Amino acid sequence: MNKKSVIRATGINKHFYTPTDYHVLRDVSFDVHAGEFVSIMGKSGSGKSTLLYILSTMDTVYEGELFLDDRKITGLPAAELSAVRNEHIGFVFQFHYLLEEFTVLDNVSLPAWKLARKSREEIRAAATELLKLLDISKLADKRASRISGGERQRVAIARALINSPTIIMGDEPTGNLDSKNADNVLAIFRDLVTARDLTLLIVTHDQDFADRTDRIITMEDGRVLV
Amino acid sequence: MDLQLLFYIAGKHLFSRLKQSLVAALGVTIGIGMFITLSTFMTGLNGLLDGLSLDRTPHIHLYKEIGPSERQPLAFSAAYADDLLLIHSIKPKRRQSRIASATSMIKSIRSYPEVRGVSPHVRSQVFYSAGAVDLNGVVSGIDVAEEVRLFPLEDYIVAGSTDALKRDENAIILGHGVARKLSTDIDGRVQLLSTEGNRLPLKVVGLYQSGLADVDDTQSYVNIGTARRLLGERTGYVTDINVKLYDIENALPLAEHFASLYNIKAVDIGTANAQFETGTSIRNLITYVVSITLLVVAGFGIYNILNMFIREKMNDIAILKAIGFSGREVKMIFMIQALAIGLFGGVMGLLLGWGLSVLIDHTPFEMEALPTITTYPVNIAPIYFVIGFAFAVVASYFAGYLPANKARKMDPVDVLRGQ
Repeated sequence: MNKKSVIRATGINKHFYTPTDYHVLRDVSFDVHAGEFVSIMGKSGSGKSTLLYILSTMDTVYEGELFLDDRKITGLPAAELSAVRNEHIGFVFQFHYLLEEFTVLDNVSLPAWKLARKSREEIRAAATELLKLLDISKLADKRASRISGGERQRVAIARALINSPTIIMGDEPTGNLDSKNADNVLAIFRDLVTARDLTLLIVTHDQDFADRTDRIITMEDGRVLV
Repeated sequence: MDLQLLFYIAGKHLFSRLKQSLVAALGVTIGIGMFITLSTFMTGLNGLLDGLSLDRTPHIHLYKEIGPSERQPLAFSAAYADDLLLIHSIKPKRRQSRIASATSMIKSIRSYPEVRGVSPHVRSQVFYSAGAVDLNGVVSGIDVAEEVRLFPLEDYIVAGSTDALKRDENAIILGHGVARKLSTDIDGRVQLLSTEGNRLPLKVVGLYQSGLADVDDTQSYVNIGTARRLLGERTGYVTDINVKLYDIENALPLAEHFASLYNIKAVDIGTANAQFETGTSIRNLITYVVSITLLVVAGFGIYNILNMFIREKMNDIAILKAIGFSGREVKMIFMIQALAIGLFGGVMGLLLGWGLSVLIDHTPFEMEALPTITTYPVNIAPIYFVIGFAFAVVASYFAGYLPANKARKMDPVDVLRGQ
């Protein structure tokens, strides 16, 4: 526990008010350290996805405090949260959300264009490099709507990596894949953690997947079980 | 905000669904095209109807009115100043219809800066006689050059021309109906008989058809000198003075001014055509209502299509937000699309409107009453194109604004969780 904390959540509480008041997260507090591969497990309705959306800064309606790299995120204006997501957080969703009309290369490049730290050529080169790393470089110029589910998930991972984020978050990234592709994705994550010293926070209900991560945070009824 | 990137994304959205984008633009195109076509056509028709009467009407018509004096001699007497004066059965006395010192009056009216021109007339009741028939009518002696300059007389000459009238003191332009009744034609001969009994043989050099049967059956035109000769009057004899102004708005005040200055009856165009004005304003009102309706319908069409457009892109909105695009940027992406559709559809609408207007303009439209009209009248005025295009842009801005604003506010979590 001597490593720097990447994400720190303290006393997160969240209610859903429709249809009735439902206390979905109760006093959730935990840390994720740099270079850690953490999975969040729990049954359906245990609040794990809700927690992830709060951690991802997309959901801002909650009580408690959230720190990213020791910087307080809670209460930042929406535009700044967008910038934080763009630069520091990479996402991989269960449903490989890609922009269907864009090419694979465009999908991977967009967050970097948005960040605008590098020239278009440099971004292209970086994106091509990532595609090569994930073994999908031959798909670069295909439309995102034309590739298979396993390939899409890899494109999504490449997109999450393009800005070298502080942390990658995943919401059941293997949930929609067959076991072979799921193994592939897990292997990729594993490699990234060791090779690139990435921090990963993955929500899953796949016990095999969770067993192969560094640490499992188990959730039940909106509470973290230690 | 990196506009280039936003344009790139918007462009991808538009071009990857080219068919849908074109259908959206088509909605704008048809709305704007129809608005332009209808406006040019309806105002063209209105212009025709207005022109039928208004163009030919002088802005101010000066003449000597026949009527009893306003102040009877009794009123001038100081002896009865305090008494109630009642005179029964006043009749107008016989007076000449000539305008006194018309030459100097015309000269003075011409010197007003508001006045475009003055056309003196010598009007008289006459009989047309050819063979055994005597036909009642009215002849106008005109200063041909001035009349042609100020009034569209030339447009209503269906045979011959006014040139001959200018040159020839023994020439006449007959109303179409008069010529038909006398069964004479161009180069025929007709005798004019004044009420005093003077007889003047004249050669028909032109036929005049205004489209108003009442006028065509009685009216004829001769050189002003010829008319004076017929009536046995000297140079300077004038019965009517028609004044044309630069701005029709000045007609009423100037008419009042002339009336009191020259002690003469002066009728302005508004008073002379009061009923016609009502008709015109009602037709204009109809034009506006129809135009506005078309624009509103077009506006709703734009809104509908853009709304659908953005609804279909909920996933993209969620992804863009998740990877770090702000709400404002997402909104901008959709505003760019809305305005692109509006601009493109608007330009096509201008072309459509112009094409249809030209087509109508070339469609044959022949009526006996309107000899100079051969095709449907269309008023291709730039203003309708400007309004149409401006509306296309403004409407697509607002139509895009509502759904784009929805996209700005949309919570990506709802979409990401919803599946």
